[in-house]
Amino acid sequence: MTLIQPFIEFGFMRRALIACIALAVSATPLGVFLSLRRMSLIGDALSHAVLPGAAIGYLISGLSLVAMGVGGLIAGLAVALLSGAVSRYTPLKEDASFAGFYLGSLALGVTLVSLRGSSVDLLHVLFGSLLAVDNPALLLVGAIAAFTLLMLAVIYRPLVIDAFDPDFLRAQGRWSAPLVHGLFLMLVVLNLVAGFQVLGTLMSVGLMMLPAASARFWSRHLAWMLVTAMVLAIAAAIIGLMLSWRFSLPAGPAVVLSAALLFFLSILAGPCGGLLRRH
Amino acid sequence: MMRFTQLQAGYQNRAVTPVINAELNSGSMTALVGANGSGKSTLLKTIAGLIKPVAGKCELQLPRKAIGWMPQRSELETRFPLTVFELVSIGCWPRCGWFGGISRSMRDEIDRALDAVQMRDFSRAQPATLSGGQLQRVLFARLLLQRSPLWLLDEPFNGIDSKTVTLLMSILQQQQQAGTTLLVVLHDRPLVERYFSEVLSLDHAGEHAACSASVARRSLAS
Repeated sequence: MTLIQPFIEFGFMRRALIACIALAVSATPLGVFLSLRRMSLIGDALSHAVLPGAAIGYLISGLSLVAMGVGGLIAGLAVALLSGAVSRYTPLKEDASFAGFYLGSLALGVTLVSLRGSSVDLLHVLFGSLLAVDNPALLLVGAIAAFTLLMLAVIYRPLVIDAFDPDFLRAQGRWSAPLVHGLFLMLVVLNLVAGFQVLGTLMSVGLMMLPAASARFWSRHLAWMLVTAMVLAIAAAIIGLMLSWRFSLPAGPAVVLSAALLFFLSILAGPCGGLLRRH
Repeated sequence: MMRFTQLQAGYQNRAVTPVINAELNSGSMTALVGANGSGKSTLLKTIAGLIKPVAGKCELQLPRKAIGWMPQRSELETRFPLTVFELVSIGCWPRCGWFGGISRSMRDEIDRALDAVQMRDFSRAQPATLSGGQLQRVLFARLLLQRSPLWLLDEPFNGIDSKTVTLLMSILQQQQQAGTTLLVVLHDRPLVERYFSEVLSLDHAGEHAACSASVARRSLAS
């Protein structure tokens, strides 16, 4: 009872939980597709790429979630598009071009934030402030989650086909392969923007990728992997928030740390290839 | 059905195939043969519209999206967590609605296609657990679902036992009788001689008039 007490008693705890659940439902399916397409680190790169946009938004209007969100979205999309274009038109592979752009982007972001802000502001942008999620931020996260699920339903089949047999998708011509890829990366950026309102740019990718990577150890079927990833992310959110309340830990990192614990547990005990099940 | 005029297929302006002048008629069944590196797969990809010709023209009497395309097995990400049923259902995706839902009649069609390749019992298995021959049968089932008037098959019989080859060849012959045009990349000479009345060879380009590869028509041995 004492464990769920804070959620009953305090609005900010309830808002934090709802924001995390919305993120869990919309970001983890993207994480599953990223990991299945061997693009796990692209999420990480894009989360860094969001930073200079968020910083410019911050420089213009202070700690305004809308300004920082829009800035982050533009910066993330720009890096995704530029990296895609460079890997398409030059011999550089996509992971290398992403690495190049995100490192530059991260350095620019940190420079911009420190132009005006204090280190406290920088920490806010990097690690978020889960317990300070207000109603407008919650609405934004909810809207992004709803949009993501709808878009994902539309591009689900082409995404699967692109991952399994890319030439089939291209030969069909019903969906252009770069469009599917572009829409998918746009959803990733959108969710990172939603995530950084809550968990910060560095932590948001944790809730996207850790449950997704864990889900591989619990199911061999795509649909179940998606569901498992969502459930694990929601569990991580609840456990993380409880731990943060009980032990006065920073909430965002506590949630991601819980997801990491579930990840290690999955590696050990997961029925599909977990270490303990093997021997 | 298909005409190549001074066609050269290749990548980034570098021709891989010889100059090809040939015409494939509707309902024909043609073997595409040639040494490794002679550009057989490149030619198929050019016909399917996946790459642009380096020179010349490749004319088709049907929209490119109506082509039934079977890639080499090595080009598939077989570890992707799909079931055989879902893999075959990709074949009817072009006929699905916005959300890619599969209707009852499509499900029946998928079951029938799996029956035709004797893989119904494996419909819940995953591609990574199948043998090469089993996966090839599943890809044939997907092709059946596409209801395409033109099939392009890239080395469909590589590394496959003779029983499976016989089964898949009978499917190809049924398709041809139903009016489908078939162009099949093959390495196995005896197979070509036994089943294929027309051969497009990319090997002897230099020996033909005007350095062209063209379709040679033969009468079947038996």
